[in-house]
Amino acid sequence: MELIMTEQRKKIHPHKFTLWIAIGSITMMFAGLTSAYIIKRNQPNWLEFDLPVIFWYSTAAIIASSVTLWLAGRYFRESDMAKYRRMLVITFFLGILFVTLQVIGFIQLWNLGITLTKNVSVSFLYPIVGLHAIHVIGGIIALMIMFLKAFSRRQKIYSAVPIEMMSTYWHFVDLLWIYLLFFLMMIR
Amino acid sequence: MSNEAILHEHQTGAHDAGHAHEHHHHETFITKYVFSQDHKMIAKQFLITGIIWAIIGGLFSVLFRLQLGYPESTFPWLEDFLGNWAKGGKLDPDFYYALVTMHGTILVFFVLTAGLSGTFSNFLIPLQVGARDMASPFLNMLSYWFFFAASIVMMASLFVQTGPASGGWTIYPPLSALGEASSGSKIGMDLWLISMSLFIINALLGGLNYITTVLNMRTKGMSMTRMPLTMWAFFFTAVLGVLSFPVLLSGCILLLFDRNLGTSFYLSDIVINGKILPNEGGSAILFQHLFWFLGHPEVYIIILPAMGIASEVMSVNSRKPIFGYMAMVGSLFAIAALSFLVWAHHMFVTGLNPFLGSFFVLLTLLIAVPSAIKVFNWLTTLWRGNIRFTPGMLFAIGFVSMFISGGLTGIFLGNSALDIHLHDTYFIVAHFHIVMGVAGMFGMFAGLYHWYPKMYGRYMNNTLAYIHFWVTLIGSYLIFWPMHYEGLAGMPRRYYEFSGWESFNMFGGLNQFISFVSIIVFAAQLLFVFNFFYSIFKGRKVTELNPWGAASLEWSTPIRPGHGNWPGEIPEVHRWAYDYGKDGRDFIPQTEPVGEDESKH
Repeated sequence: MELIMTEQRKKIHPHKFTLWIAIGSITMMFAGLTSAYIIKRNQPNWLEFDLPVIFWYSTAAIIASSVTLWLAGRYFRESDMAKYRRMLVITFFLGILFVTLQVIGFIQLWNLGITLTKNVSVSFLYPIVGLHAIHVIGGIIALMIMFLKAFSRRQKIYSAVPIEMMSTYWHFVDLLWIYLLFFLMMIR
Repeated sequence: MSNEAILHEHQTGAHDAGHAHEHHHHETFITKYVFSQDHKMIAKQFLITGIIWAIIGGLFSVLFRLQLGYPESTFPWLEDFLGNWAKGGKLDPDFYYALVTMHGTILVFFVLTAGLSGTFSNFLIPLQVGARDMASPFLNMLSYWFFFAASIVMMASLFVQTGPASGGWTIYPPLSALGEASSGSKIGMDLWLISMSLFIINALLGGLNYITTVLNMRTKGMSMTRMPLTMWAFFFTAVLGVLSFPVLLSGCILLLFDRNLGTSFYLSDIVINGKILPNEGGSAILFQHLFWFLGHPEVYIIILPAMGIASEVMSVNSRKPIFGYMAMVGSLFAIAALSFLVWAHHMFVTGLNPFLGSFFVLLTLLIAVPSAIKVFNWLTTLWRGNIRFTPGMLFAIGFVSMFISGGLTGIFLGNSALDIHLHDTYFIVAHFHIVMGVAGMFGMFAGLYHWYPKMYGRYMNNTLAYIHFWVTLIGSYLIFWPMHYEGLAGMPRRYYEFSGWESFNMFGGLNQFISFVSIIVFAAQLLFVFNFFYSIFKGRKVTELNPWGAASLEWSTPIRPGHGNWPGEIPEVHRWAYDYGKDGRDFIPQTEPVGEDESKH
């Protein structure tokens, strides 16, 4: 196989490219949901309500997790594996914290009587925020796999591709959440 | 990063292609045939699953054609076969709707999306761009298994007591959102939605791979404009899928919420069985917007691969370069772009603002321009060609014929004023069956007959193939042409029987004729299925590397390529894929360097 190496000039790793297209695809799904939301808003009986304050804390958590994951990538490139692992663990727990805070936010809404079936404006909140949380959970699972690999003694990792893809995806769900939060706040 | 390195990240089956035969022992039955990561095997998995679905979907149409053609007769054997769904040998009206719905769903999604672009994108993309495999063989395998899971769920829905989904393949709420509305809106509908969600994941994973492979994994010298037109077609198809399927997923998720969690995204002010439902504030039209935002690109997801295959097969068998290569690429792009801007032409009669409607009329009719460019280029490719009427070529020509006939009626239907009369009649049934259904199938057959030698290292039987072609071509016209007349007279689609209408009684004989022909055409497809499976084991063996004398890259691989496709280095490409009849030579393969005294294009 060594003999067969072709000199293909690749600008970007194909897996990374795949991830970017996947991000485009996920964006389309949320574009579909949020445009449906905008159309619905112009109809009568639209209920306005305040988002739970705890969503601000979850926003802080996910932004912090983006920073720690970025640091993890930097330590990985500096081959500082101990710090790299520490940052991965922190990101992992911040991700879990984010999802937990989202769930608490919904429990609070529910207890205020703003339940799923109360009004269409509330109904939209659940699938939109829920689907975002599912994407974050997907990221958390990927983080867990990376984390296990980073602690495995058998495997030595040299390729920066997985960590780079991980951070691309993580920053994406982070930005997606900030977009959704502002969208839900502004357009009511 | 090179192709080889990618393959090595996923070790299973990715052995050294140079020593394929010595290393076969670490490829077990499971990794080779079941959980294969070889794009060629995955393509065959898509193909054979698609064929099984096509038989089921086709059989369903024969069953409901029996009811439409012979509404007075009873068929006692139907009761043995379907039990309670056909008491006394007559189809139950509820089951009739289920059959129509399933026929549409199966053929549109499972056969003409997964079976067509799943098969040929997987098979041809790495072979024609010169890659060892897809960008991510693992995602590719996952894509097939999501399709398989979707198939299992859809198949299971056929066997539940209340029957499969029966609200039409477009599953408009509120009918599909309320279990009380019809027996098919009970558990069958939930299974439909789950199955389609799995199917969407399959389409997305597949599409991601196709796009990345075409853009990133081309061999040296293979610039975008040197690619065969099949590659362009599959590329645009994948882009359409990746952008439009997620929107359908959103729509399906909201529908699942409405069905199971009591939300009112699509429901408002409904009285059912004398009971007033609490749902308020929803809009059924919202679903139609979400559905058709996918639904319209979806018909191009079906037809673009067929266009690509027809272009390639036609050029090879006319021994002429494709006429207007860049115009072909440009028109593919124009069709793909326009397909996102015309979805509301499915909704002209839903109370859409007529002013808005006129924009959609304009954009819809604009699609006629790139379509006409393509037809012109196909005809000029045939013009004065050295045509070899192989079965693949016949189906490619048949495709063009179908595309013209069906495309012309599209101009009628794109007008919002005419649509008031023609919508939901047999006219639209005839239109989309010819231009999308039959044309899509013809593209698929053209590709199958043409690339069968590459897939299985054997030929299919030509005599059976010719019988298959002529019966299918003539039969399709005999089935769908009369439907135009029925539709112009206002005969509505999806109805169980028409004997109650004085005005449609005159079509009794015509309906019988259509049903009779559709049984014959279905039988001819079984002939194809027999030919296909028989030839895998007993067909005439391929003995030469390049049986059709084609210039594209896939014919430079061994007759039965292993995983990795080329035993040595991936060949370098020096020219486009359509150098036929150039400088006195029959054809010049893409791998041959441009000679010094060679004429320029």
